[in-house]
Amino acid sequence: MLIKKPEIPSSEITPEPLYLNRRQFIGAAAGAVAAASVPTALMACAPGEDEQADKPNSYEDITTYNNFYEFGTDKSDPARNAPRTLRTTPWTVEIGGLCDRPGRYAFNDLVRANRVIDRTYRMRCVEAWSMVIPWRGIQLRDVINQARPRPGARFVEFTTLHDPAQMPGQRREVLDWPYLEGLRMDEAMHPLSMLATGIYGRPLPAQNGAPLRLVVPWKYGFKNIKSIVRIRFVDRQPRNTWQISAPGEYGFYANVNPQVDHPRWSQARERRIGEWRRRPTLMFNGYSEVASLYSGLDLRRNF
Amino acid sequence: MAAPAPWQLQAGRWIRPAAWIGGLVPLALMILAGFTTGLSADPIREVTHRTGWAALLMLMLSLAVTPVRTLTKWNWLVPARRTLGLCAYLYAVLHFATYMVDQDFSWGYIVDDIVEHPYVTVGFAALVILTPLALTSTRGMIRRLGKRWQKLHRLVYVAAGLGVLHFLWLVKKDLREPLIFAAAFAVLMLFRVLPIGKSGKQKRPPARKSPSPERSVAGG
Repeated sequence: MLIKKPEIPSSEITPEPLYLNRRQFIGAAAGAVAAASVPTALMACAPGEDEQADKPNSYEDITTYNNFYEFGTDKSDPARNAPRTLRTTPWTVEIGGLCDRPGRYAFNDLVRANRVIDRTYRMRCVEAWSMVIPWRGIQLRDVINQARPRPGARFVEFTTLHDPAQMPGQRREVLDWPYLEGLRMDEAMHPLSMLATGIYGRPLPAQNGAPLRLVVPWKYGFKNIKSIVRIRFVDRQPRNTWQISAPGEYGFYANVNPQVDHPRWSQARERRIGEWRRRPTLMFNGYSEVASLYSGLDLRRNF
Repeated sequence: MAAPAPWQLQAGRWIRPAAWIGGLVPLALMILAGFTTGLSADPIREVTHRTGWAALLMLMLSLAVTPVRTLTKWNWLVPARRTLGLCAYLYAVLHFATYMVDQDFSWGYIVDDIVEHPYVTVGFAALVILTPLALTSTRGMIRRLGKRWQKLHRLVYVAAGLGVLHFLWLVKKDLREPLIFAAAFAVLMLFRVLPIGKSGKQKRPPARKSPSPERSVAGG
């Protein structure tokens, strides 16, 4: 007899409300821990900003409006293509370069070894729109510490999966595949930097960069590299895909900065998805606690 | 040349309403999407893209009328040219209106944007150029302007070229669609520059029924 893919009987599936309640409980607990240890997430945004202004976007908005060129250049392409073609289990992340404990880590082991956090962050796209997204994930610095980087490691380089069979957008040379990104070590170690594994307490959908993606909320969205398969510690500033593609338009730092326009559009204002009016863009996307990382750096030249 | 078939004589009556209906299809689809599937999470952006796209499409279709008529001798097509041109202007105006909504009608930003960003500059220029063409599309104006009307309306070539450039410059990376428009525009312009465009006035061999692209090469 042909053995079919095992199906979970519906009786064994936790009803969603129960599941969500449990998640809420865990989420609230994790949130409390996170809030206690790092009072830096969105909750502590600039004074004078009311909470309503940063109401999270709907799950539907977040999972249907994506820039993920590996699955097509239209914002609706990833939601249409990625869930069909991307296989996220099993998934391994290769950690290497200048560190004492390099290795290939199964996604589950990587996540299980670290504290899960819930963080609601603003996300500002370089195209002048923004969203508020409740992420779940782990702190990037926990993963870095686990690998024991050597003193010479000054930057971290990230690589997305390169497999045109799973990522049909890679069959065209729209960008230089695989997608690359990088952070300076101090940026990567900052408590705001995280590796997301979920949204709204649910596993990360394929179109959002499953199973593991970077979230650095004070930088433009394109820095938040998706579907990471490799993390490498290096001594030189790595190249990042959009900078390779158009160095005059996209820099390495890509800090949200209302003062520095994109050559083709102003960055002074943005539209929060779901709103009709534009709002002023905040320096570092409002996460002013990272400003000290860039003291002495000319952010017009290092954009 | 044989006398036009009866359906072709009839065509003169319905071509204009047909062009209007066809020209308004993108608008109808947009409204329908607004009520059903929604226009993505960012409807302002989506409407801006769709209206701009439709404006370019209508411009290309109106520019295609003359070559198609020349190649096929379907003179009844001619009224479609003006209708499609007006549809192009309608979409261009909707496109700019959506852009103004997108910019919260903040004139300072809009003026800066037009001055500082070349792709906005050329798009805006195309709209400005199309305005007098749309305003002189009435029968009265055609009569009053006489020969100058045709000269004035040749500006549509400039507007269409700027529109294509606008699309090419604004796209971040995936140039497929703007390049298709650019290729269509190039073909339509070549037709007007090369002698094939003039062959329409010559008598064709009577045996020919359906025109083929090769015909145009042999034509000059």
